Amino acid sequence: MPSSAPKLCVDDVSMTFKTPTGAFQALAPVTLAIPQGRFVSLIGPSGCGKSTIFNIIAGLLEPTGGRVMIDGVDATGTIGRVGYMLQKDLLLPWRTVLDNTILGMEIQGVSLREARARALPLLERYGLSGFEYLYPNALSGGMRQRAALLRTLLFDTDVILLDEPFGALDAQTKLQMQEWLMRLWSDFGKTVLFVTHDVEEAIYLSDEVHVMGTRPGRILATIPVALARPRARTSALTPEFLAIKERCLALLTVEAPASDAVSQAA
Amino acid sequence: MTVQDRATFGDMARIEPAPREADAAAAAARPMRRLPVQKDWPTWLLVAVQVGILVGAIALWEIGARAGWIDAFFWSQPSAIAHTMGIFFSTGDAWTDISFTFRSTILGFLIGTTAGSLLGLSFWWSRNYAAIVQPYVICLESIPKLALAPLIILVFGIGLVSKVAVATALTLVVSTLTAYAGVKALDPDGEKLFYSLGATRMQVFRKLVVPFCLPWVISVLRVNIGLALTGAIVGEFIASQHGLGRAILYAGQTYDIALVWVAVLVLSTLAVVMYAAVSWLERALRRGVRQ
Repeated sequence: MPSSAPKLCVDDVSMTFKTPTGAFQALAPVTLAIPQGRFVSLIGPSGCGKSTIFNIIAGLLEPTGGRVMIDGVDATGTIGRVGYMLQKDLLLPWRTVLDNTILGMEIQGVSLREARARALPLLERYGLSGFEYLYPNALSGGMRQRAALLRTLLFDTDVILLDEPFGALDAQTKLQMQEWLMRLWSDFGKTVLFVTHDVEEAIYLSDEVHVMGTRPGRILATIPVALARPRARTSALTPEFLAIKERCLALLTVEAPASDAVSQAA
Repeated sequence: MTVQDRATFGDMARIEPAPREADAAAAAARPMRRLPVQKDWPTWLLVAVQVGILVGAIALWEIGARAGWIDAFFWSQPSAIAHTMGIFFSTGDAWTDISFTFRSTILGFLIGTTAGSLLGLSFWWSRNYAAIVQPYVICLESIPKLALAPLIILVFGIGLVSKVAVATALTLVVSTLTAYAGVKALDPDGEKLFYSLGATRMQVFRKLVVPFCLPWVISVLRVNIGLALTGAIVGEFIASQHGLGRAILYAGQTYDIALVWVAVLVLSTLAVVMYAAVSWLERALRRGVRQ
């Protein structure tokens, strides 16, 4: 992968919340530099600040320190710069699947007709044909997730944040959705930042995995995944894959004290 | 099967072989029960019984009044009521009264529901504003609005406007609180999604808050039509020149008990018709909201 100037740069971002019992550091200074078109995962135990990072990048939360740079421009605290898919699909029950997927374009002022015309072929190509005019409550969990992901893609930003999009799906559907996501990613060439609890999922999908730790939330290690693409399912059985998995699991299971973790990350 | 289970968990079986006899004894002592099954009557039978009860009650009333068991002066009797009904509609003020009550109810319902819903939704815009205004709304809710009716009549006069005002007062607070309940039930993640897409406050309000709260707004329509009618009638009780409420009060004061019954019957019919119309409207709106 050619690494040019980073598309998305999280520059020394930290976050401290004020609570009645005192200040709570949710995020120690974190730095991420993600080149254009990369698929990067964050894994870590709950409470490690993954969602906080996402909220900061999406401009929904003002960090207490540091900057978020997109294309070299300071985008800290500005909304609408990146596509953000939250854990819940958040499809609006009073809109059809089609009208749900065009929400981003609609908010950006694209006319309804044009937005629908742009969305329809994509719905068809990416497994939602026949569902366009149904309401979300008629869809299965996997289909709802597809609709939510297409909504994020159709918002048409270069950077996409996916917060555990497949966390609530059953194992079988999850595998299908991963393949589906890989197809979308290679078709659209977006820069993706992906949060998951599932180590195997993270390695299978990513070019790079960041393992995070808690108290305070921070990055313990950055592990490049040098497996060739497209990846077969069986690549999860190769020694390289297993070595990466082992390293990730070791980092996640050993609750290392903060001082140790810093030396590990370095 | 039991034997096999015990073989599999042989150790457990060996530990407690004794309770088997006790179990058998307990099982014998336990009464045999079947699931109670209720048989549904056919619809025609249910309707027949319903009509039968009504006809029987009216017949008993008439017979009782004629035989002197029931004091017809205080309770009137069905034949007299039917006779008065004819007069009320042919030479009386039936249509003027119905139209007056109907108009004040509908106007009060529309104004109270609309203004109340808008007020409730407006609380979404500012938490500070909501926090400041909310105690007043709750105060208004706990005041028995009907107790204020004499004051309202004094201010707005004895015409239609004062009836509309009483009906509005009753419906407004209910709508406000219901719409605000909708606002409070809004998922903060929904707002987050909209803002992540770069939405303005107005876009979030129009595309998320209003559609989300509509079911709440709609759910209160049937309650409000009843409240509006109550408000209109009470307004007429206090001071009015027209209306079914005024007809009831007038008839009662002149001991024309048959006319009281007639007006109450007409009023009930009006209430049922309006309730049915609003129920229909509610269903239509619910379908519309989903589109």
